[in-house]
Amino acid sequence: MKEKPRSVARDAPPMRSLAQRFAFLLLLGTAVGLLMIGRADPRIFEETRMALIDSTAPVLDALSRPLATASDAVDHVRELTHIRETNAALKAENARLMQWQHAARTLFAENDQLRSLLNYTGEEPVHSVAARVIGDSSGPFIRSLLVNAGTREGVQRGHAAITGAGLLGRVAATGERSSRVLLISDLNSRIPVLIESSRARAVLAGDNSRRPSLTFVTANTSVKIGLRIVTSGHGGMFPTGLPIGVVAEIGETGIRIETFASSDQLEFVRLVDYGLDGVIGKESAATAPGVGRNR
Amino acid sequence: MKSAVWQNLDLAGRKLTPFLLSLVLVILNLVPLHLPSYAAISPNFALMAIYYWALHRPSLLPSGAVFIIGLLQDFMSGGPIGQNAAILVIVYIIAVSQTRFFYGKSFFVVWWGFMVVSLCVTTMGWVIASLLDASILAPEPAFYECAMTVAAYPIFGWLFVQVHRTLPQEG
Repeated sequence: MKEKPRSVARDAPPMRSLAQRFAFLLLLGTAVGLLMIGRADPRIFEETRMALIDSTAPVLDALSRPLATASDAVDHVRELTHIRETNAALKAENARLMQWQHAARTLFAENDQLRSLLNYTGEEPVHSVAARVIGDSSGPFIRSLLVNAGTREGVQRGHAAITGAGLLGRVAATGERSSRVLLISDLNSRIPVLIESSRARAVLAGDNSRRPSLTFVTANTSVKIGLRIVTSGHGGMFPTGLPIGVVAEIGETGIRIETFASSDQLEFVRLVDYGLDGVIGKESAATAPGVGRNR
Repeated sequence: MKSAVWQNLDLAGRKLTPFLLSLVLVILNLVPLHLPSYAAISPNFALMAIYYWALHRPSLLPSGAVFIIGLLQDFMSGGPIGQNAAILVIVYIIAVSQTRFFYGKSFFVVWWGFMVVSLCVTTMGWVIASLLDASILAPEPAFYECAMTVAAYPIFGWLFVQVHRTLPQEG
């Protein structure tokens, strides 16, 4: 407390001059004005925003790498301490998965035969890009990630962002070499889903909590803990059957879904073009206000 | 003659430090730390910077610069444009108007002041976000973030003091 710099400035003429007060009012007014404009048309700032993110992308990319390496090193040490239990668990899982592999092979062969019987042409091959997570722009009221792939790599608005575990979100905005991925837990995320076993339709609504809630479940559907939730393909945003998560909690706050994909320790995501324009049609994306909210 | 030019450049660079440092902090705030649940409640680096410089050297960080820092935060975060700009300008106004009160007080008083200010702006941020969404949002994440920011202030305050020492004196 004795050092000079630590002491609070004495010189400042606090709010003395009229000009200063005027400047404050002007700045506050501008901020409020921007809020209003942004509320009326969320797309209006999108280009500037992505241009700014694009320009900082190389820096973020460079910064994210050593941190990812450090985090990997910590994980290695942590894993070493549990190596025996993990091994035992994995052996048990492996035995179980061998049975599944057998089942899958049988089904695969059967599926192939049936397809050839029906002359089924199959689905279009999908185009996908692997991207590194370079920024986490989440805040208290927003859940999104920045990744280092953009229009240069063929990424477009509406592409699905998936991890090995399941659906993570979708591309909300693209720059030339970076994109912003809106996570399924974000407040503005609404995804048509199915309960995998009963095929009952519902909507997965993000509310910024770790576990998004399942709403608008088809009437007379019994929902139990542990049921798998997948995308339904309705609305043409995602294809049918992308895994999302399992029912984790049924309580006062509604039905909560534990998602398979988590953004916490994520280094890479896959951005997949399923060739669906859906809700975010290519033309409408440029003009229609409010599509960014995707409701 | 030449050395005078360099001196002036050096001086200008030093005077810009608080502003540039704040901009860098906004970008650093985005780097993923790969910690569970960290992203949603990561401390708000810019808020600490604005509070510190507004209290200690407001002449080096004018309100326009604060506004630009807030705008950058808005653009980078994907949130509504103008929200952080408004919040940071308000923090700046509060801090600048209270410099007399904080003058000569111990670090704990300054820290306490930061807690009060962050609580105010967190509540405000929550109200703005709820208004924009036209629904009542869960306030918990915002207050966790606020707690993290307040808890991190001594560390950042120390960093700012180190930077502050290298800056030219008032005059």
